[in-house]
Order: sequence, then structure tokens, then C-alpha cells
Amino acid sequence: MESTAVKPQFSEAAQAEIARICKQYPDDRRKSAMLPVLHIAQAEFGGWVSPEVQDLVADVLGVKPIEVYEVSSFYTMFNLKPVGRHVLEICRTGPCMLRGSDELTAQLERITGAKVGGPASEDGLFTLKEVECLAACGFAPIVQVREQYYEQLDTPAAVDAMLAELRNQVHRPALPWEENGLPNAVARN
Amino acid sequence: MGRKLLTEHINVEGIDTLDVYRKHGGYRSVEKALKTMTPEEVVEEVKKSGLRGRGGAGFPTGLKWSFLAKPEGVPRHLVCNADESEPGTFKDRQLMAKLPHLLIEGMITGSYALGANTSYIYIRGELLYVLRILEKAIAEAYAAGLLGKNILGSGYDLDLYVHPGGGAYICGEETALLESLEGKRGNPRNKPPFPAVQGLWARPTVVNNVESIAAVPVIVNEGGDEYAKIGVGKSTGTKLISACGHLNNPGIYEIELGLPVEEFIYSDEYCGGIWKGRELKAVVAGGSSVPILPKELILKTAAGANRLMTYESLSDGGFVTGTMLGSGGFIAMDETTCIVRNTWNFSRFYHHESCGQCSPCREGTGWMEKVLHRLEHGHGRMEDIDLLVSVAKQIEGNTICPLGEAAAWPVAAAVRHFRDEFEWHVTHAKAAAQPGAVYPGTLVTV
Repeated sequence: MESTAVKPQFSEAAQAEIARICKQYPDDRRKSAMLPVLHIAQAEFGGWVSPEVQDLVADVLGVKPIEVYEVSSFYTMFNLKPVGRHVLEICRTGPCMLRGSDELTAQLERITGAKVGGPASEDGLFTLKEVECLAACGFAPIVQVREQYYEQLDTPAAVDAMLAELRNQVHRPALPWEENGLPNAVARN
Repeated sequence: MGRKLLTEHINVEGIDTLDVYRKHGGYRSVEKALKTMTPEEVVEEVKKSGLRGRGGAGFPTGLKWSFLAKPEGVPRHLVCNADESEPGTFKDRQLMAKLPHLLIEGMITGSYALGANTSYIYIRGELLYVLRILEKAIAEAYAAGLLGKNILGSGYDLDLYVHPGGGAYICGEETALLESLEGKRGNPRNKPPFPAVQGLWARPTVVNNVESIAAVPVIVNEGGDEYAKIGVGKSTGTKLISACGHLNNPGIYEIELGLPVEEFIYSDEYCGGIWKGRELKAVVAGGSSVPILPKELILKTAAGANRLMTYESLSDGGFVTGTMLGSGGFIAMDETTCIVRNTWNFSRFYHHESCGQCSPCREGTGWMEKVLHRLEHGHGRMEDIDLLVSVAKQIEGNTICPLGEAAAWPVAAAVRHFRDEFEWHVTHAKAAAQPGAVYPGTLVTV
């Protein structure tokens, strides 16, 4: 993994949010803030957590870097490699499969040119990722993009509408502690 | 139409705001409990209600509460399990997103009953948008004096926080959830000690499902005895059923326990029958972990009685001819569904989600996935079918947490009830491996 020349730093707004979150746990249990802080880090630094960003999280929480690595590698939501501007997480589990998730995956691969589990599409806009049950089985098939669920993607029109919306979304939606959303970098292949 | 104890007002506009929620009777249980009842009296009402854990295990909630250790000077915690991840289950997500104050009300009343002054809602990381909804509602509750110091002048203090997971089915297991809440990998703990004695940060802790906690307000308001009048036998009250798969009207239904399964599937009031005019082939009635049943056995027990939506009726016949109510994740499959493919899909899920601590689960889930993959893709052997049953048996009972069983049961049940279809995948391997291939033995209308 290439190293970043400048050490990453959280924005002031993110630092304030992290301070708020850390107060939710006893003072000597700061490590408990690990998952929420990793989520903030991923939103802050382009949709993935590089080793440098994970070291920063360790610093902020006062734990050893290995304690962050073992967590980030266990939970599937944390991307450990660079991603495209939008990560499309396609549910592949039984109830979604019954309503066409295999066909949806094939369709998204065809339209974007990206492959599930592979690098981002050539234009850098889309990374495709298959995930397990997203708890929206009655509205299958489903794609999650950041905090947004796109449901009932069983028609070409629904898929097109989702992709059009995402293509126009240069900045991700702002999070509650931000004034503006940050862009994910367009991934370089 | 049965009574709706949790979701009566779910479609009222603005019900996610404190004002509208209160206008519809919200937070009455907090006033009643904190001002007129002792914590022990609240626990007693929950015991009398017969409420059973709605996450899947069905353990009596009041009894679980009564196990909580109360050593002098040690804080204790109520933790809500909102890590809804059991395939087929999506009730908690809807309940929290639409009725955030109902869960908060249940958390306040429940925390008071347990003597907890700091409580947490552990929500799966994928539901960050629901976390935002809950945090907004919590802020409203603080501003109204329903959270924080000296709630409604009662002298009782409570802080309530929402904590996101990071994407791991295993964190729905309560000790893995607590590890995760402590900022670690979600590896389930050995028991004992149970969380009631040493839970979050080694303090006494109760972990309850969203729907269980959401039932506490109505139990406190109307009394445990009133609640217990709804339902059949030891299946009291109402249950949220997540209906999905090949149904005309998939969605979430609050039913009175005791509703006949046949009515639930075919009545227009509920699922409205099977889509595309097709025949029902099989149902997984309580989330992907419970045994699959063919149409005949989901509608009627082996003895010929109507199958009801209750803990007891669904498990009638044990695992030979029965299943479980589980989480209420109700997955219907039409006649064109390939059972082998579906079983392979679920096996892949459990292999993916095994935390890797226990060899029987870590290795066994992988073997089952591999064997099912080759059966589905035209490379299966006849002896593979018994091999699956053998691997499933060797996982069962040999792991720290129930994920092993959750992975083994669906495979064993699929072979038990659909062996012909597995054999067809060997004898007609080439045809069965075609995309969209359908086993002709169960086709009726197509």
C-alpha cells in the first residue's frame, strides 16, 4: 500500500463529533468508541480506511494500532482498499436472491463495467460489493450506498434511476455534524 | 383483524416526533412506572405478561430480567439488541425508523425496572440512517425531561446512547454484541459467566431485542395480565412478522399469536397468497436458521392439525416435521424455487459470518458451502447428500455460540424434506446446473 506523505487529520467538525461520541462511554473505556470512530474515519477519508487512517484512529482512542487493525478487518463495512466514488453494496442473501439479486448484480456489472470484488469502474465512479442480508428482505432486491437504501430494484427503470442519482452526486450527503458533504476521491485504477 | 399493540399508530404522520407520539398516548408508561410503581413491580408485570424474547430465542423476558445480579455499588446496564441481521427479518429496522420514540420509551421504562442508569441501543452499522433518526428522537426526549437527570421529577436518572456495529451477523449473539460494544472483534464469549452477572465491561447486563423492549410500554400501561389474554397458551401477545420471498404482499405484519399460518399466507389482509398465481413450495418460518418446511407441513402439523403462528404450534413435531417461530422472518418460496440453490446460498451466508473461533463452525460451514456448491453446479456425488447431514450433525452442539446450529439446521432440514431434489441434482447434474433450472418434481402450475 502506498504511504501518504502527509499524515491524515480529522476535520474540526469530525473531531467535535468524536469527542461527543467518546463521552458516551466511561472514561477508562474509550476503546468502546472504536466502531463509531471508524465509521467517521471512512466517511472523512474517501470511503475507505488506509493503514495511516487506522493509525490515526488508534491515536485518537489511545489504543495500539493492532487493536484497530483487528477490528477493521473483522467487520465487513470497512473498506481496506481504495474505492470508487460510490460503493454499491448489493445484498446477495436468500430472500434477495428469490427476488432477483443475481440478475441485479449481473445488470450492474454490465452497466458500470465494474466487477463484484474487483476495482472500481474505469470512470472511477462505482465499486461493486456483494454483501449479506441488509434487513430489508420485504423490499428486495436491495442496494445500499453509504447510508441510503435503494429498494425494489427489480426493474431496469429503478436501476437506472439509482445510477442517475448517484452519477449526479459529486459530494456525498452531509452528515449531521457537517455543513457540506465531502466527495469520495474518484478512484485511480 | 387482530389488535395492534406496537404498530397501531405507525403510519400516523409525524409519529417520529415527540409531540405527535405523545398525542397518541406516548410515554404514558414512563409516567406510570416512575411515579407509581417500584422497579420490582414493573418486572412483575413483564413476568405476568408472558412476553418472550422476540429476537428469536423466545426466552421469557421477565425471567431474564429477574436473573440480573445487583451487587452493591456496581453499575448495571440494559442493552437493546438492534443488530437485526437474520436473513428474512426486517421488522426492527421499520419499527425503529418509523416509531423511534416507542423504543426509547421501552428503554426508559425497562432501564428503570432494572436499575440501570446508562443504557445502549446497539444497532447494526448498515442502519446508520436509523441511528440518525434515533439520536434525533433521543435529543427530543432529553429536552422534554424524559431522559437525563431526575426524569419527570422522579429522582431517577438515565442516559441513553446509540452505538453502531460494523457489519457482522455474529454481533446479534448477545455476548458477541457486548464484545463489539467494547470496541473489539465480535467473538462470542464462553458462558458462564452470563451477561446477567458479567456483561458489558464485566458489569451485570440485560440484552433484549428491539421488539421485546417495544412491548414493555403496553405491558406497563395495560398490565401484564391483560397482555397475556392475547395469544394462545404460552405464546402471549402480538408478534411482528417480516414476510418476504414469493408473496403478493411482502411486508411487516403485527399479528396476534395464534393466527393460522394458512390465513397469514393466503388472506388479503396479510400476504395475499403466492405471487404470479403460483403454488407454494416451502416456507422458512422464523429466519434463515430455522428448519425449512414443505407446503404440507407448514400449513398442517404431521398429526393434521392446523399450524398456528405460535412458538408451540410451529415447533410441533420437533425438527422431524416441525420448525420454529424464531425471529418471525417468514420466507415463502414458490414451486419454481431450487431448494439446493437456496440451501447453498444460506450456507454461504453462515460460512461468511462464522467468526472463526470454533473449528466445527469455522471449518464445517465452509465444507457445507463447498459440497452444496458442487451439487448445485453439476459436480455433486450421491454420497454428498449424507455427507452434508453428517457435517451438520458434527457442528451441532460443539460450538461456543448458536451460529453453528443456525448453520446446521437449515441444511439438515432441506435434505430431510427435499432429498428427491438433491438426488435429482446428482442424477440430472447437467440439467440442474443450468441457470434458472427448476426441479420438475414439485411443479404444479408452471
